[in-house]
Amino acid sequence: MGYAAGVGKTYQMLAEAQDLKAKGCDVVVGYFEPHSRKDTIEKAEGLEFIPRRKVSYRGGVYEEMDAEAILARKPRFAAVDEFPHTNVPGSERAKRWEDVQALLDVGINVLTTMNIQHLESLNDQVWHLTGIRVRETIPDWVVQQADEVVMIDLTPRALLHRLERGVVYGREKAERAMRNFFRESTLVALRELALRQAAHEVEHRMEVDSPSGDDAQIPRKAHRILIHVTPDPQTAALIRRAKRVSDFMGAECFALAVESSSDLANLPEHDRDSINRHLNFARNLHIETRILEGEDVASALVDFARRNEITQIFLSRPPVRKWFPVFFPSLAQKIVSLAKDMQVVIVSDRDRRGKH
Amino acid sequence: MPSEHRRRTPEELLLEVQAEERAAVHKGYLKIFLGYASGVGKSFRMLDEARRRRERGQDVIVGAIQPRVPPEVDSLLRNLEVVPLKHVDGGSAIDVDSILGRHPAVCFIDGLAYDNPPGLHHSTRWQDVQDLLNAGIKVVGSINIQYIAELREQVEKITGKKINETVPVAFIKSADEIEIVDAPAEEPIERTPQERLEARRREQQLSKLRELALVLAADVVDQELQRYLDEHGIQQHLGAQERLLVCITPRANVQEMIDSARIIAERFHGELIAAYVNQPNLSPDDRASLEEKLEMARSAGARIEIMEGEDPVAAILDFARAKGITQLFIGHSQRSGMRAKLRGNPVDRLIEQSAGMDVRIFPQ
Repeated sequence: MGYAAGVGKTYQMLAEAQDLKAKGCDVVVGYFEPHSRKDTIEKAEGLEFIPRRKVSYRGGVYEEMDAEAILARKPRFAAVDEFPHTNVPGSERAKRWEDVQALLDVGINVLTTMNIQHLESLNDQVWHLTGIRVRETIPDWVVQQADEVVMIDLTPRALLHRLERGVVYGREKAERAMRNFFRESTLVALRELALRQAAHEVEHRMEVDSPSGDDAQIPRKAHRILIHVTPDPQTAALIRRAKRVSDFMGAECFALAVESSSDLANLPEHDRDSINRHLNFARNLHIETRILEGEDVASALVDFARRNEITQIFLSRPPVRKWFPVFFPSLAQKIVSLAKDMQVVIVSDRDRRGKH
Repeated sequence: MPSEHRRRTPEELLLEVQAEERAAVHKGYLKIFLGYASGVGKSFRMLDEARRRRERGQDVIVGAIQPRVPPEVDSLLRNLEVVPLKHVDGGSAIDVDSILGRHPAVCFIDGLAYDNPPGLHHSTRWQDVQDLLNAGIKVVGSINIQYIAELREQVEKITGKKINETVPVAFIKSADEIEIVDAPAEEPIERTPQERLEARRREQQLSKLRELALVLAADVVDQELQRYLDEHGIQQHLGAQERLLVCITPRANVQEMIDSARIIAERFHGELIAAYVNQPNLSPDDRASLEEKLEMARSAGARIEIMEGEDPVAAILDFARAKGITQLFIGHSQRSGMRAKLRGNPVDRLIEQSAGMDVRIFPQ
């Protein structure tokens, strides 16, 4: 894992592949993006490559990793670059991480590379830091399955230096990059994010792996988190945030929509689509979802929470109103006043006002 | 750069001056390679940088090498100028006078955590390094997380080994750049169940050290970020770190808030602050209860902030915005006095006005 292109992830991955080969392990390169970087290309020399597959799509020809060929070759190790990559439509699987899952399923060990900004639960934070909405994301549970996460570190100054010398991209692309993603403050912030994530990944593996006995951990109080799903576009950010907190606290996580009919038939089409999309998004992050029938949203939600021993309710922050909040409480305020026996978390959107 | 350019307030000017002062602590430039165990390849990574700098034409010397070096490090050293350690009675130290006399552009010090033998000007190597920095020499050094003074107790508990030679964390944090050398612990080849258990235990130890190293590196990077923002007069929090603020009042049920905040701060490796807004005319009972609650927060590792402000909600929000708080912890409000009526319930007001941070409301 790295924090930007050019820190040396691919190089490190190939170095490890070379080490494995030197130790006599059966290792292939499943996919490798040379980006015409000299050092990296040299590091790949002598390794066995599985040729890429050509895919035609809308008049163009694209090259993708040939997962089926790797499956047929069945090496002990496969090095696969660019874990978050989205395959061309019409491919066997939509995402490269799904290809990787297929390799893992038959017992192939995989080394792969990704940058921190592709982690789903950090999507809003990354947007806040960089102004860029990263579209190719990997659900956190996929990364959590990794047996090992290694941080490939390089100081932003050294990275910018590499960029200036044209090691990372061609000159024109490098100049563009330095104006956008590669501003020093952005890089420093992303790097901090990556370091903290790496620390979390190490800690998480330690807990899962902890030998029972003398240093067994005291069980934490079990927390159960409930996310309120609405058609509001902020819901995606709410789900990410709640899931991240829940992962970090080792809590269970549920997502709930409260509507007057459980098939959402009474809703305008747009709202129905939004709710379904949000529930689907939650399920992709391995969150259990439910639609609850109820007229009074606040009391239905809080009743459900109590029945299900929920300890924390996560809600989106209501929009700022200028007038009489005391007499016309927002939904959040109603829920807060009903749920005085549990924690209620009002999640704010990380807006980028005043920034460009 | 996302920024707002406008007239600076006195506080901002002060921050800028402080940033300059910090930069002036040493004239040279310090870069540190941080590892979590010996054998992760710090020396190689660092000396490979020496090689690259030399190839780019910089005047580079090596001022300290480890007593034993692996072959790949040895072959790097063969093409570098080394100023050997000075051997005196009872040990060795970097040859500060020779290095100052030679005055290279960059000096590489492999192993910062050594005590000097008695009788020398400084008692530790990192102080010698400060002399080099003050003379305007750029220093690149390496250290293992085990040898950070403030982490000694934690490390000794993890490894069961006594640590004698250390470097204060302030020195590490004074670095202009830090780079972490992170590599997974080598997979042990286990044979007997006993060996397997031993290997697992060692793996756990290494993982704990690795986590410590990653968090320290993140903290140094966070400072670097803050420094950068201050120097450029940017009033914005590029929060990569979670910052938790627990609002304390004499009557609040603080225990649950503090417990949750401590767990979340630990898990997110975040910063924990507890704040109290001074209220006039507190009864002796409330005063005592408040002290008890602040003590509770303190012992959970929170930094305590006492604020002044006629309007507590506004004071909390101002502080939270200035510090880049990401999570605000408050108790469900129960009071509805005259003030609350005039201004609205404090919890409602916090929810309405807390753009950019999460608000976590606790049962009372």
